[in-house]
Amino acid sequence: MNLSLLILLPLITAVIILFCNGLKQVRAVALTGSLLQLLMACFLLSEYWKERAAGNKAPMLFESDYTWFASLGVHYHIGVDGISIAMMLLTASVVVAGILVSWAMDKLSKEFFFLLILLSMGAYGFFISLDLFTLFFFLEVAVIPKFLLIGIWGSGKKEYSAMKLALMLMAGSALVFVGLAGIYNTTHTFDIMQISQMHIPIETQKFFFPFAFLGFGIFAALFPFHTWVPDGHASAPTAASMFLAGISMKLGGYGCLRVATFLMPDAAHAYSWIIILLATIAIIYGAFATMMQNDLKYINAYSSVSHCGFVILGIGMLTPTSVNGAVLQMVSHGLMTALFFAAIGMIYSRTHTRMVAQLGGLLKVMPFISTVFVIAGLCSLGLPGFSGFVAEMTVFMGAWQNPDGWYRLATILACASIVVTAVYILRAAGKTVMGPMSDTYAALTDATWNEKLAAGILIVGIVLMGIAPFLINQLITPGTDNIMQHVGNVITQK
Amino acid sequence: MLTDFFILLKQELVVTAIIFLLLFVKLGKDRTNESILNLVNGLLLINFVSGFFGNQEGILFSEMFKTNPLIVLEKNILSLAMLIISMQSYSWLKTHKHVIEFYLLLLSTLLGMFFMISSGNLLMFYLGLELSTIPLAAAANFDLLKRQSSEAAMKMIISSAFSSALLLFGISLVYGATGTLVFTEISTHLSNSPLHIFGFILLLSGFAFKISAVPFHLWTADVYEGAPVAVTSYLSVVSKAAVLFVFVSVLYTVFKPLADVWYNMLFVLSLITIIVGNLFALRQNNFKRFLAFSSIAQVGFILIGISGSSQAGTASVVYFILIYVFSNLAAFGVVSLVSAVTGKENIDDYKAFYKTNPFLSWVITIALFSLAGVPPTAGFFGKFFLLMAGSSKGNYLLIVIAALNMVVSFYYYLRVVKAIFMDSNEQPIAKLSIPTLPKLAMYICVTGIIVTGLLSVVYDYIFSLSAGL
Repeated sequence: MNLSLLILLPLITAVIILFCNGLKQVRAVALTGSLLQLLMACFLLSEYWKERAAGNKAPMLFESDYTWFASLGVHYHIGVDGISIAMMLLTASVVVAGILVSWAMDKLSKEFFFLLILLSMGAYGFFISLDLFTLFFFLEVAVIPKFLLIGIWGSGKKEYSAMKLALMLMAGSALVFVGLAGIYNTTHTFDIMQISQMHIPIETQKFFFPFAFLGFGIFAALFPFHTWVPDGHASAPTAASMFLAGISMKLGGYGCLRVATFLMPDAAHAYSWIIILLATIAIIYGAFATMMQNDLKYINAYSSVSHCGFVILGIGMLTPTSVNGAVLQMVSHGLMTALFFAAIGMIYSRTHTRMVAQLGGLLKVMPFISTVFVIAGLCSLGLPGFSGFVAEMTVFMGAWQNPDGWYRLATILACASIVVTAVYILRAAGKTVMGPMSDTYAALTDATWNEKLAAGILIVGIVLMGIAPFLINQLITPGTDNIMQHVGNVITQK
Repeated sequence: MLTDFFILLKQELVVTAIIFLLLFVKLGKDRTNESILNLVNGLLLINFVSGFFGNQEGILFSEMFKTNPLIVLEKNILSLAMLIISMQSYSWLKTHKHVIEFYLLLLSTLLGMFFMISSGNLLMFYLGLELSTIPLAAAANFDLLKRQSSEAAMKMIISSAFSSALLLFGISLVYGATGTLVFTEISTHLSNSPLHIFGFILLLSGFAFKISAVPFHLWTADVYEGAPVAVTSYLSVVSKAAVLFVFVSVLYTVFKPLADVWYNMLFVLSLITIIVGNLFALRQNNFKRFLAFSSIAQVGFILIGISGSSQAGTASVVYFILIYVFSNLAAFGVVSLVSAVTGKENIDDYKAFYKTNPFLSWVITIALFSLAGVPPTAGFFGKFFLLMAGSSKGNYLLIVIAALNMVVSFYYYLRVVKAIFMDSNEQPIAKLSIPTLPKLAMYICVTGIIVTGLLSVVYDYIFSLSAGL
């Protein structure tokens, strides 16, 4: 299968949108394009299984490699393993859901859907790149649409949030750039697979690893660079919030794993204590900060900081199971948080408030939306049967395998944060959905077909992952094993 | 011999021919401004296209004049910029009384730049530089009724005189120390002795004046603000680009023996240029001043690329300048149109610009993104390659500071984007009708911004022509 199609299709969709007129045409094109993309991602999955079943053990499949800038050795090199495919499926589902929930976006609709599609194109390109230049290119492609989406269609202090987000993410990519420059000047190639075969001197690794890891870490809301997350998510329009939390933050986690850890494993070992320290702080701090929030969007944004801390924790622990858990957590959190934001958006568009104190008893008037909201919440607190449980459990199992005493302490602390999660989720869900209802809400309507469909797609993902975790586990394990084998190999060589 | 003469000097000869033709047009019967402008733009197009034929390498007038494919390409870039600027100033010149004189001045400077780029001798270089500077000062005064415009011209003539004096002093010291003015011979005689270094520093200061590197940048903002937009864009793009082209080749060939010395100087110069340019650009409200300071910061990035002193260094500098031509001129095109029709030049006036002028808003947004270095615009590739070239010597302090400064510059470019798209305004700029030529120029620029980056052919071609230290 030609992977370039996965980038071309959004590009074509975006271009067609430019020539459309009126909301109806634009959203039809956007939905068609994103549904095709989802189908293509599923097709890619089945092709992948066929290849693996046929005994193809290559680390990357469906590779294609063209020279781009010959004089610098820049290639357009793409290929996928199980991790990328999981990310592609996540992205495609969130995009479809995001477009469905913005079905009635009548303010500058053409520009809105154009930017959404452009943003998703950046993510698709990022997840399949095997060349550092291409990867960096797509990472930055995704920054500008976010700025415009939040600044133009957002609410509250949107200009401030948009600027903060854009500048912090830009600073992240500036740091990533320094890391890339260091790797390139040592190895004279941008090809990820080639670099992984070379041995970068440990001193060089130690110098450049922090740049790459912190840079991607800013995207993944690594403490103390998480401050763009709450403001950015809270001000963004619903679809943009879903994209930000569901896709964008995963760019960071994926980059930390695929670029920083995979290419500079020695440094990853050397600095793992700092990574774990920061991740633990993010998990606990995020959880407690969430307790203090009254705005539903802020609640979910801060809890995202906490949940993304698990991703970083899993990567920092550097055991095969924990890294596996990190990837699972990325997918799970992407689906769950997108669902959460979608539900919040649906509630907000009807009640015009996101304050927990002003809401109540919504189950009576909008049973569907309330159920979605509760499902998202339960998934977030890690109820068995949903994806959150599987992912977090795997991270903890893997983390415990790391025998160091301090690391185990960090694991225990991170586990304990789940209790806090339960407190804020149950409180927010209980107050919003149950309890007495204000009379002003009596005339509100339940979800429309598009909203039901959007929530349905995401819930299917969450439940499937929750009750049949082996499916996704089989998908990503060869990929994470490959990375961990490399990381482990380098260590045993020493 | 004679054919050699015509082929090697073709670009200079075409510009000279156009100058004479325009003189005759001036002497002839009165014509409308529109017909003159159409004629001139046609001639400039011919000038640009003719540059692509007969790419030859050679030396003329006992090494006074040299040319090679890279130099021809550099001249073509300047011709292209000249053409775009001329198309963009259509709305402004349409009602101006002295159209032909304006073009005579600009074309003379273009001729001077061509000779300067091709120079193989310090005297020739100086001659070209002066020819490219003095008419520009007159052109800066071309808003005849504006007091600010005369002020700009005055400032410019004084500061260029000062920088020329520095250059001449440097040239005389180098001549005294080496006994020759020919580029190829100077490099064999240079050493690390204090006299040589002193001569070099004076020359460097002269250059720094012309490219407005900090701390020699003080004239830039005032001149840019006072001069007519067409002249400002000419100053910030064409004249800067020409001097940078010479600067690279002079550093890499003539001052090759002093490479260690100038590497450290460039290091300091580029850092303070980026930082100061960025800090001043943060608070500007006048669009022209804003672009002036942002262009100072851009020069700082170019200096980083030069400090890499490799083949990739030269290539990335020429490549970046090509991109810079497109991006800066796209921004200036919009500013020039708005300024010609409404007289508004402040960033605050552009609030809610998108509601009334979506096309122009996208043009200026794409231009600013390219200047900021955001993909998929060409500016991303330009900056990436410049910094990669700069990092090849392993000087990561420079790269880290430069990369973080990109974030600062991102802020002020986004500030304009925010004003255009997000702010509200009670009296937004009314919907402007865009004449054909400026619109065409904008299309050229936007196409350039998108294509130059994504198509690797451009960079690879420039790279194949370049030479390192």
